[in-house]
Amino acid sequence: MLRLDNVTKRFGAFTAVDHLNLSIPENEVFGLLGGNGAGKTTTFRMLLRLIDQTDGTITWKGNDISYNKSHLIGYLPEERGLYPKMKVKEQLIYLGKLRGMKKEVIEVETRKWLERFGVPENADKKVEDLSKGNQQKIQFIAAVIHKPELLILDEPFSGLDPVNVELLKDAVLDLKEKGTTILFSSHRMEHVEELCEHLCILHRGKPVVNGNLKEIKQSYGKKNLIVNVDFDLGFVKNIPGVVRIKSGVNHSIIQIENEAVSQEVLSELLNKGFVRHFALEEPSLNDIFIEKVGASYE
Amino acid sequence: MNKLFIVLFQTYFNRLKSKPFLITTLITILFIFLITNLPSIIDSFDNDEVDRVGVIGSDSYYSLLEQQLDLMESDIEITPYEGSEEEAQKDIDEGEIDSYLILESTPEKEPQGIFKAETVAEQKTPQVLQSALQQIKSSIAAEEAGVTQEQLLKIDQPVKFEKVALEKGAKTEDELDQARVFVYVLLFVIYFSVIFYGNMVAVEVAAEKSSRVMEILISSVSPVKQMFGKILGVALLGLTQYAVIFLCGYVFLQFKDDDSAASGFLSFLDFSNLSPSLIIYAVMFFVLGYLLYATILAMVGSLVSRAEEVQQVILPVQFLIIIAFFIAMFGLSTPSATIITVTSYVPFFTPVVMFLRIGMLSVPFWEIALSLVLLIGTTVFFAVLGAKVYRGGVLMYGKSSSIKDIGKALKLSSKDK
Repeated sequence: MLRLDNVTKRFGAFTAVDHLNLSIPENEVFGLLGGNGAGKTTTFRMLLRLIDQTDGTITWKGNDISYNKSHLIGYLPEERGLYPKMKVKEQLIYLGKLRGMKKEVIEVETRKWLERFGVPENADKKVEDLSKGNQQKIQFIAAVIHKPELLILDEPFSGLDPVNVELLKDAVLDLKEKGTTILFSSHRMEHVEELCEHLCILHRGKPVVNGNLKEIKQSYGKKNLIVNVDFDLGFVKNIPGVVRIKSGVNHSIIQIENEAVSQEVLSELLNKGFVRHFALEEPSLNDIFIEKVGASYE
Repeated sequence: MNKLFIVLFQTYFNRLKSKPFLITTLITILFIFLITNLPSIIDSFDNDEVDRVGVIGSDSYYSLLEQQLDLMESDIEITPYEGSEEEAQKDIDEGEIDSYLILESTPEKEPQGIFKAETVAEQKTPQVLQSALQQIKSSIAAEEAGVTQEQLLKIDQPVKFEKVALEKGAKTEDELDQARVFVYVLLFVIYFSVIFYGNMVAVEVAAEKSSRVMEILISSVSPVKQMFGKILGVALLGLTQYAVIFLCGYVFLQFKDDDSAASGFLSFLDFSNLSPSLIIYAVMFFVLGYLLYATILAMVGSLVSRAEEVQQVILPVQFLIIIAFFIAMFGLSTPSATIITVTSYVPFFTPVVMFLRIGMLSVPFWEIALSLVLLIGTTVFFAVLGAKVYRGGVLMYGKSSSIKDIGKALKLSSKDK
């Protein structure tokens, strides 16, 4: 288990991470969410010992993380970067060696990964000659080539086209199947909903939501009504328990305080006219994120 | 394998294979080849060229001049010229002669000459002619005064003058001459190494940082190891380059045709009288000097965000070695000046200035030891500080890159505040 106890990081007067407690179970994908400047990258950097925390402890399987464990950890930084003038193979050999691998093993693994991503011909190309998406694949390979126990991915899917996102997502789930513990950050909620069992939303260095995805959604309480009617929905706002209405072209979303409100809304709608579609749904992570983070921006 | 060595060899081989490195090495070897063979090259251009000078007037001095030029083994071929100046000028235009000399006798019965050529940029021919005439004039004057040739020779003979150092352990003149050349060479080597290889360290660091590969690197290897791997890798590269260059120089010297002029020209390269201790000091000051400057340059290299900004942060560091260089240049002729003594203890200057003193004077051991302690202490200080700044600096990306950022980088790498 990866544990963060009361971890705080201050830069002068600015507190980047404020008393963060996290327990990330092994063999799981954990999502760390937050707006820009919420403290995600700072948290990752502390995990990797790139910077020291001001306070608190970080342990992996009960031990401190240090440089002699770097072969157990994989890292994909948010700011992508490789040696532009170096060939892909040489690059991965160097980075792999720094993670404690033997050259022969790296060559085998490199071939395997490049084939998996459908770009075996890139092995002898210079990085600067590759497209951005292909560079990102190389970067991903560099993070996982040494089969780390703990994999940290900072915004792994940003800047990729949908095909490549799927490719990388599959690779992430595969690694999870093989027993890797994966910690990743994103502001694309659908990726998080798809991959994570547990998550934490950071806001200004503080966790505002933390726990199991399903439980978070249930305990959030608020539900969404998806409706499609032939008349104006403006009057629904006056029904007690309705939080807000988001009108769309085909259907509108009505956010309500709790399940019970839905029945009252339904009967009001039926009184008013013809109802084509009416459904009660769990709130999306996006809703939760916007409320928890967006609200405090106001 | 220790990760320090992985970084070291990666830096080393990556640079070794690079085109700029191969090209600079080749150019340097070519340069060394030219230097070692300079006299023979100049000779080969000069040999077939004979200057033809027409001499107008004064038959009486003509034969004397011919004799004198023969004695001097010059390449000048003189012929008596019967015609007028206008005709001589025409002959120059047509290439019959290169220049002409109007030889006259003064009222005091001494020779005097006017040399005319298309240009007088070429100095050798008129100089030889002038000194030949000077000789003739002296011997005529001597004869008139009743001085014999032997007496004249005796007058011309230079006085015997020898310098002997009284202080025990002081260098003899031979030793000093060799030491001076050796110090001079080493001064250039240290200066060049810091400028060239030191900058390479800074550029390497800045390149890794600007390409953003740095964050992956320092997540797998500690910044301290990464930094020293770089510094030592570049040092190894420098040693390889020097080894190749010196080996080539040595080989060129061995195979050079051993005619008198060339070996005379290169005789200063004979270091057989140097004491072994001076060579040991040379290596020691070279290594320590490189380490001190490379550490500082790696530190400032970690502060810039883009490779183009490297130049402006390494400039202040470069000034230090340039100042050291000029102090040492001044010290070559006055090694016991107070400013030399004082600056030899300033760690940034010690590698060149203290080495100069050791080479030229007999410096008490405690003084050398003191300067070494100060130098090593400063290097360790900058290594510790550099490692801290480096750790924070490589994560820092911003617009400004100045020495002020050292403070920011230190904050970033410390626990708080």
